[in-house]
Amino acid sequence: MHSDRAPMGLKVAAGLGLAFMHLPILLIFVYAFTTEDKSYQWPPPGFTLKWFAVTWGRTDVWEAMSLSLKVASISTVIALFLGTLCAAAVSRTKFFGREAISLLVILPIALPGIITGISLRSAFNLAEIPFSFWTIVLGHATFCVVVVYNNAVARFRRVSGSLVEASMDLGANSFQTFRYVILPNISTALLAGGMLAFALSFDEVIVTTFTAGQQQTLPIWMLEELVRPRERPVTNVVAMVVVIVTFLPILGAYYLTRGTDTVAGQGK
Amino acid sequence: MSRHTNAAVSLSDLLWRRPNLLLLILILPPALWLGIIYLGSLFALLAQSFFSIDEFSGVIQYELTLKTYGELFRPANFDIIVRTVVMAGAVTIGAAVVGFPVAYYAARYARGKWKAIFYLGVMMPLWSSYLVKVYSWKLILAKEGILNWLFETLHLGWLLNAYLAIPIIGGNSLSVSSTGTFLVFLYVWIPFMILPIQASLERVPHTMLEASGDLGARPYQTFLHVLLPLALPGVIAGSIFTFSLTLGDYIIPQIVGSSRRFIGQAVYAYQGTAGNIPLAAAFAVVPIVLMAFYLWIAKRKGAFDAL
Repeated sequence: MHSDRAPMGLKVAAGLGLAFMHLPILLIFVYAFTTEDKSYQWPPPGFTLKWFAVTWGRTDVWEAMSLSLKVASISTVIALFLGTLCAAAVSRTKFFGREAISLLVILPIALPGIITGISLRSAFNLAEIPFSFWTIVLGHATFCVVVVYNNAVARFRRVSGSLVEASMDLGANSFQTFRYVILPNISTALLAGGMLAFALSFDEVIVTTFTAGQQQTLPIWMLEELVRPRERPVTNVVAMVVVIVTFLPILGAYYLTRGTDTVAGQGK
Repeated sequence: MSRHTNAAVSLSDLLWRRPNLLLLILILPPALWLGIIYLGSLFALLAQSFFSIDEFSGVIQYELTLKTYGELFRPANFDIIVRTVVMAGAVTIGAAVVGFPVAYYAARYARGKWKAIFYLGVMMPLWSSYLVKVYSWKLILAKEGILNWLFETLHLGWLLNAYLAIPIIGGNSLSVSSTGTFLVFLYVWIPFMILPIQASLERVPHTMLEASGDLGARPYQTFLHVLLPLALPGVIAGSIFTFSLTLGDYIIPQIVGSSRRFIGQAVYAYQGTAGNIPLAAAFAVVPIVLMAFYLWIAKRKGAFDAL
């Protein structure tokens, strides 16, 4: 008979696996408070809140942060628009090229980021488009579409066609039906997709290194610090803030899509 | 009724009567965006890989040639490709080994609160910042960091030193060894392996495992002959991600690892300081071709149903 108690070995292996996935991130939280500023010494010689104040006063961190927030917001809006349209089209009808469209949406995230990055860069070069805020957004929106699409398409399939027809029979036009019947049904999926797209864009570095000119998003700032460390304590604090900033949308997306057949995050 | 609403009503009627028009309106913006920006760029890249660079002047010659692809087979470049593929394979196997128990426990035994904990436990690392994850390993693997401290405290420093003395996988310290690179890759991509395995395991009916037991199979036999073959599409689906992501990454080996290059680093270096865009493009085509081949095999094994 099959028992519902897991064998001890499996429990230990699963626990170790989870620990492997979480302990490194937790370490960041400890390092943000260390008094050591020259090396990555363990155990930390002492704890201090000083580096939070130092980081707060750094203009380059604030500029990078605000650029990242702007890029992520605009990319999310574009991705929400394109992803929702695409999901609506793919979920409601079978048409010629439907498979091709869904493949096209997934491709930017299925192929390694470096390929998306260098492709965009060589295209910008060929078309003589100078690098700017908008070239970053162009790249980010392209790979964020898939996240919104994945969330929206699952929900669209669950909104039954009879609901839409009932609304039309009762005299609502297409726009009213969209506003009062379809939108309330898909809104949480869109919100979840939007949050995940935001987190994805906020964190993206590989494509950004190819599509940004002189500007520094927060991940690019961090990459610089990783390659050539200047002020380790500031990096530690920024790393901790980034963990928290991305943690919140993911948790939000989880609670918004909990209990539905498809849960957010599967599309990354 | 005002003219404004009249127009909306007639437009609405038109869309209802002509679903194809509505479909066209829906599909056109995303298709144009992805078609022009993304596919256009991909073709621009592909086209560049058929150009070549004049070795003396460094000027790109816009004539179609396979010369640049030929350069990939120079020993120095070919080594890069082999090294990357071996690493991608090792990371994939490692992720399957470490990830399988987590996925198995989450799919079979975790209930209620634990189900949510396991779900978030995989989802949080998946979505948390890539660079922060890499950074955390820089802290761990540093000479003065926690791992060395742990080995010293346990009086096992000699073991670590003996391991680091092994050529190829060793090095001066963990943070500049291939083992370090492997660990970071494994850490960063493992959620991508766990999710599809879990999805495929959750589809295995309980009754099938009970039937196997009733027919006299020992637990390990059930695991080997019933569960594992059914979970294989999930493992392959996960391996698509771990393999592809490792092939294209250039940041992890740059931050943690030896000075020996990977494909991503070669692409980055050739398009940047070296200004050899054709060779960079040809290098970028390598992961595309490898992935196309890999996907073709995966499709034949039915891995896409587990995605």
